[in-house]
Amino acid sequence: MPPLTRIESRAVLLATDDIDTDQIIPARFLKTTERRGLGTHLFADWRYTADGTPRSDFILNAPGASERRILVGGRNFGCGSSREHAPWALADFGFQAVVAPSFADIFRNNALKNGIVPVQLDREAHAALVEHLALHPDVVAVVDVASQRLLVGQDTWGFALAPFARHCLLEGIDQLGFLLGADDEIARYEQSHPAAISTIA
Amino acid sequence: MSRGATTPASPVSVSSNAAGRPPRTMLEKIWDAHLVRPETPDTPAVLYVDLHLVHEVTSAQAFSELRSRGLRVRRPGRTIATMDHSTPTALSAGTRTLTVADPQAAAQLDTLQRNCRDYGIPLFDLDHPARGIVHVIGPEQGLTQPGMTIVCGDSHTSTHGAFGALAFGIGTSEVADVLATQCLLQSRPRTMEVRVDGRLGPGVTAKDIILAVIARIGVAGGAGHVIEYTGSTIRALDMEGRMTVCNMSIEAGARAGLVAPDETTFSWLAGRPHSPTGAAWQAAVERWTSYRSDEGASYDRTIVLDAESLTPMVSYGTNPGMTIPVTGHVPELAAVTDPTDRAQLQQSLRYMGLEPGQPIAGQRIDVVFIGSCTNSRLGDLRAAAGVLAGRRIAPHVRMLVVPGSQAIKWQAEAEGLHHVFRDAGAEWRESGCSMCIAMNGDQIAPGQYAVSTSNRNFEGRQGKGGRTLLASPLTAAASAIRGAVADVRSLA
Repeated sequence: MPPLTRIESRAVLLATDDIDTDQIIPARFLKTTERRGLGTHLFADWRYTADGTPRSDFILNAPGASERRILVGGRNFGCGSSREHAPWALADFGFQAVVAPSFADIFRNNALKNGIVPVQLDREAHAALVEHLALHPDVVAVVDVASQRLLVGQDTWGFALAPFARHCLLEGIDQLGFLLGADDEIARYEQSHPAAISTIA
Repeated sequence: MSRGATTPASPVSVSSNAAGRPPRTMLEKIWDAHLVRPETPDTPAVLYVDLHLVHEVTSAQAFSELRSRGLRVRRPGRTIATMDHSTPTALSAGTRTLTVADPQAAAQLDTLQRNCRDYGIPLFDLDHPARGIVHVIGPEQGLTQPGMTIVCGDSHTSTHGAFGALAFGIGTSEVADVLATQCLLQSRPRTMEVRVDGRLGPGVTAKDIILAVIARIGVAGGAGHVIEYTGSTIRALDMEGRMTVCNMSIEAGARAGLVAPDETTFSWLAGRPHSPTGAAWQAAVERWTSYRSDEGASYDRTIVLDAESLTPMVSYGTNPGMTIPVTGHVPELAAVTDPTDRAQLQQSLRYMGLEPGQPIAGQRIDVVFIGSCTNSRLGDLRAAAGVLAGRRIAPHVRMLVVPGSQAIKWQAEAEGLHHVFRDAGAEWRESGCSMCIAMNGDQIAPGQYAVSTSNRNFEGRQGKGGRTLLASPLTAAASAIRGAVADVRSLA
């Protein structure tokens, strides 16, 4: 994964709480065997009418939305299904960061593996950001991964990010590669912990 | 599948408090026993995975990753695959076989078949007699055992925690991690105890317990935590009930749920295809027992529920936390003080077509679904059949009964339950996820109301525009008869 140090972009404001991954990408689009191409189905049931026409009142259909790299969501963003198709769809649409007061655990992991920064603000900062964006929807925001800061206009807010997640984003660390590097330790563990079951016995 | 191999050197018991160690919870014991490399301030732990469950929807891209890197599957013998999410549940009229009509679903199933063949992973394919929902077959085969770590690219992996296994859902990138290394990078979650004491009243089930827990702590209440369910009510539940409770831990935001293994667990496991036998059985029981939380172990948070105060529960909104007693009323907007919460309630009720303050009982419904990894086991089917026996469902209701596995289907048929369902006017199907995720053509139409024994009432979950009301099999069956949301206790 290429390193991700700084994202500078206008934001899309969709600050509904508890946005579940079924909304981000409905299940009928999960029959694909590819990671790519899901951006057109991102938020499909909120974004299109029954006959597939884009809803003019939905934020992702606003002019220039697909140029924006930052999505501002609400509390418990990405709850529900573990489908990694959710960050795949967000990334395919063009998002590189989701800002929220909290994230569902599985979504946060999945986002980090796909070059999407989960920018977790405290509740007050998030509320202030939402208020600011409502008044100035075209303000440019900057997500600075190294300093863990979000800069919007005159405001700067720090955000939480686990040290390892930050390191992986900044250095473009491949987590599978990292795990493969533990091969000797894994082999030692397996020797001292014989399997209780075998599915192929 | 043949009997699981018993290894001569069985894994070491986890001593409860040998070296003057502080008392530990079950989560901490299982965690410690699976550390290939411990967590540091800068890096997560490398955690070993004992059992990896695979299905068609979340695995294809992981196998592609292995191929592109030239990697093998490290431990095919710790991996098992099934087909469940996009599989048909109705036999073709002519051939009486399962035919996948959707070409994209067929291609995805073919991909799983090829991947399992190429990498030596056993697969319960469409025609396999042991096929079923991934979280039903693991326990059924005796593969799910106490003290294990179990993962699957599916959030309802939490189900297996009913056996005292640390089991949680992962994304597809992590599926690739586990296929290639049998390990995951993880930080230890916090612990939450949900203690339920007392006796359940008539008509109140495991499903009502977990719905009440989620209504109480909210859909993010368990985020960052693993929930251990304790107390006399949980101890009195059978394994199926414990699976129902642990299954929906994810709906409270917790990645995993746990119930301490006990005699109920052991007697359920005895004689399963992969359960140990003979001397190995006794050693296993001793080891399994050692995983129980120590006396005096402390949790980061504790929630207490009184079982006697619980009633049958039903959801009214668009997340599982929006749940009330079946005797209750949809909340009034004015009763919600937080403006964000009020807006969310308003949006949910608009989607659901429900009025603030209306009683939920009596709400007319179109569909009843009994099935899913939450409530598709034999006990669930028996409970629903008990309500339906000698009765007919309302003429305007369509009812689908989908067993969790083929084994459950045959067992139910041996007991004649399929006759009860059919005589009542319900459809009796082959096993699969079916209308819980609506990927296989089993779905509700826009605007329709379904009382469903599944786990998610998100917008469009059971079909675009569909409206889901989550409930127990008893409530679902009673509602099918009335043609409206009904309190099973009111059926004479």
